[in-house]
Amino acid sequence: MPVTFTVNGTSRTVDVPADMPLLWVLRDVLDLKGSKFGCGIGQCGACTVHLNGAPVRSCQMPAASLQGTKITTIEGLSPDGTHALQKAWEELDVPQCGYCQAGQLMSAASLLAKTPKPTDAQIDAAMNGNLCRCATYTRIREGIHRAAGTTRTTTEAGGTR
Amino acid sequence: MSLDTTLPRREFLRVTSVIGGGLLLGTWLDFGRDGVLHAADLRHLADPFSPNAFIRIATDGKVTIMAKNPEVGQGIKTMLPMLIAEELDVDWSQITIEQAMSDPTKYGPQVAGGSTATPVNWEPLRRAGAAGRQMLVAAAAQVWGVPAAECTTASGVVYHRASNRQAAYGTLATAASALTAPDLASVTLKNPKDFKIIGRAIGGVDNHKVVTGQPLFGIDVTVPGMLYAVYEKCAVFGGTVTSANLDEIKALPGVKNAFVVQPGGTALNGLLGGVAILADTWWAAKSARTKLKVVWDEGATAQQSTAGFNAKAKELFAQAPQRSLKAAGDVTAAFAAATKTVEATYEYPFIAHATLEPQNCTAHFKDNAIEIWAPTQNPQSGRVLVAKTLNIAEKDVAIHIMRSGGGFGRRLNNDYMVEAAMISKQAGVPVKMLWTREDDIQHDFYRPGGYHKLKGAVDASGKLTAWQNHFVSFSNNGTDFVPSANMSGSEFPALAAPNLSVGVSTMPLGVPTGFLRAPGSNALAYVMESFIDELAHAAKKDPVQFRLELLAALPAETPQGGMVPSRMKGVLELVAAKSGWGSRTLPKGTGMGVAMYFSHRGYFAEVVEATVSKAGVVKVNKVWAAGDVGSQIINPSGAINQVQGSVIDGIGEALLQEITIVNGRTKQANFNDFPLIRLTQTPVIETHFKITEYPPTGMGEPALPPVVPALCNAIFAATGKRIRSLPLSKHNLSWA
Repeated sequence: MPVTFTVNGTSRTVDVPADMPLLWVLRDVLDLKGSKFGCGIGQCGACTVHLNGAPVRSCQMPAASLQGTKITTIEGLSPDGTHALQKAWEELDVPQCGYCQAGQLMSAASLLAKTPKPTDAQIDAAMNGNLCRCATYTRIREGIHRAAGTTRTTTEAGGTR
Repeated sequence: MSLDTTLPRREFLRVTSVIGGGLLLGTWLDFGRDGVLHAADLRHLADPFSPNAFIRIATDGKVTIMAKNPEVGQGIKTMLPMLIAEELDVDWSQITIEQAMSDPTKYGPQVAGGSTATPVNWEPLRRAGAAGRQMLVAAAAQVWGVPAAECTTASGVVYHRASNRQAAYGTLATAASALTAPDLASVTLKNPKDFKIIGRAIGGVDNHKVVTGQPLFGIDVTVPGMLYAVYEKCAVFGGTVTSANLDEIKALPGVKNAFVVQPGGTALNGLLGGVAILADTWWAAKSARTKLKVVWDEGATAQQSTAGFNAKAKELFAQAPQRSLKAAGDVTAAFAAATKTVEATYEYPFIAHATLEPQNCTAHFKDNAIEIWAPTQNPQSGRVLVAKTLNIAEKDVAIHIMRSGGGFGRRLNNDYMVEAAMISKQAGVPVKMLWTREDDIQHDFYRPGGYHKLKGAVDASGKLTAWQNHFVSFSNNGTDFVPSANMSGSEFPALAAPNLSVGVSTMPLGVPTGFLRAPGSNALAYVMESFIDELAHAAKKDPVQFRLELLAALPAETPQGGMVPSRMKGVLELVAAKSGWGSRTLPKGTGMGVAMYFSHRGYFAEVVEATVSKAGVVKVNKVWAAGDVGSQIINPSGAINQVQGSVIDGIGEALLQEITIVNGRTKQANFNDFPLIRLTQTPVIETHFKITEYPPTGMGEPALPPVVPALCNAIFAATGKRIRSLPLSKHNLSWA
């Protein structure tokens, strides 16, 4: 079925099966590979995108539901990779394998859009649906605080000779 | 520019033996006719036009450094080039890093496994960089007519201060190419106090691509004309296809082909039989799979189950061990004379890797050769497997090493690679094969479960006098353990006891097993360090003090199964000091536990503070980790990432994870029934490194093992309950 919706500010029309999830429309039809496949059942958050500004699991959004929607993916989070979260992620060296980070960033961006100065509890609530198999959670939390201009005291490292 | 192509090749690096791994890496440098400085391997001498490069310096000054090993999140694509750049004496901002293809004759071993990359490459790659610098200095000295010893370098420029001259590396590439290359063993390495790059916290080289969603991973590969494939295998490992409704499948929307793939042999780590469905999108192939009906021959292992393994272990425990692994003194007499004897049985489950990027591979078979794009930790073993299974020459298997969305040892096996290769061969088109999460959980090479019946004794002074372990594990021939199911008879603390008896019994296993981050150690640390805690309490000793006394029973500087006791003592004392061990008063329900472990050449001691609610919910509050990985933390940012990741990973294994076998197949299928640890379960982690004079070793694994027993020991301190099986989610930990 033909579906017309907006992806990262550009109107796109695709002709795909009605049950094809948005994730696969993005990855295999529109060649936007940033959103990742992790579980296919909405458990891991690697495929998180914004639908009309709200975070959704794109593996759970059938094409039939997309008509007229506005989708933002990691590729459209900022024009040049300078969203405060993207900068914080690079400054703090958050990624390990990096596979989950697009989803983490999209969830975090949605949190900061609504809650510019989140508490740890608010970060927990917003981010607990995003799995990171490398367990970069400590720096994810720090990255959100850095982007928000808030602080959390975490001791990371020391050297002893 | 042009150079005489008849110039003799200039070897300068001889085979260098390296610390720890017993691996050899022979490298030479050569300036090719493109005016580019190449570092390559001796074995390519016969191939004069092969530009084998760790380093390329173009005449325009562009410096390219090859990243030889697979990047799976361990930070190696950043760390190994740091070694070269440091000694080449260029600024980190000046270089471009390229991922090398698989070519061990050019690059030496290209394996992401066993935390080996640091010990294997620490010296050879620095020498490769230093040799490049030395040749550029020699070129400048010759051009200027001054002694090379008067020249210095910094940030990719050679200086002669006395005459106030300088030349950027690019302007010297042509002159350097005419020089005789030095013997690598002779080049001078920097004094570590002069390091500018090594020791600096440097972010991952692909971080910008990661945070902007650019294609990087195996799953992101697109090849012109490719079809998307799914592959259904028998739920019972190694089962084969009897028949399938292929005609019905081929008629479904988007489906281009469907066929049976025959097994490549009987080995569970080779090509297993199944049905491939190819379509113009992955979604179409996956949708068609829901209609697939296969009649399977499930084979002989369809009766195996976790319940059966457990029952068999109980039966084996009732008998003497089938064979001895190590014995000394007289344990029977020692137990009879003991002041206190402790007995306990420990067990741990099978667990899966669950890399977040499901297994996948893209392959293009054409004219008896194949090009492969694979997220693999071990491309060379994949090449051998593909060549053998497809009956083609190894030289005709080209492998692009793609960034992996996690490895953890899963991608040391190349089952997905040989599947994609055979599907492409049978289909005659390029194929991108992608597993579902369910495929991934149900067709893993699992961390094997295991069982230990332990008995220990202490004397009146609290000293360990006897140690006995009957280990029940898996073997299909009674002698060789299945992968990762082995244990050394010297496993600590056996040698610290004057009387010891360690034996093993095995049962057969039809489930594939493999290497999960800190293989062997991730399970054995839990058992040994938990039981040591039991013995400490029986001896009425502080658990840190008891461990120090165990270590003191061994020669301090003599490696015991690779472990140098004095180094373990160092990290144990450090973590005790940093965590305030023994000096903090904690409320009821909160406890601290300690454990230490040596694995993959690294020493880690960790303290966990955990709270168990009255209802029995465990919360890990804080973890202190102290590690000794030698004289240099090469990239502190990456090293701390690995400690944090390992610690949280281990907590996740302990809290949540279990694979259950029922009727020869895996019961769990996705993250709803095989959970991964989440952000809210993550403690604060404090990392400390003890710098010692030993050569640097790897960080991917050794921080994981001790956190599991440290957590279990903390739960005991909080509740009085011993954790003798995992995961914790199966225990009722409520109290009061």
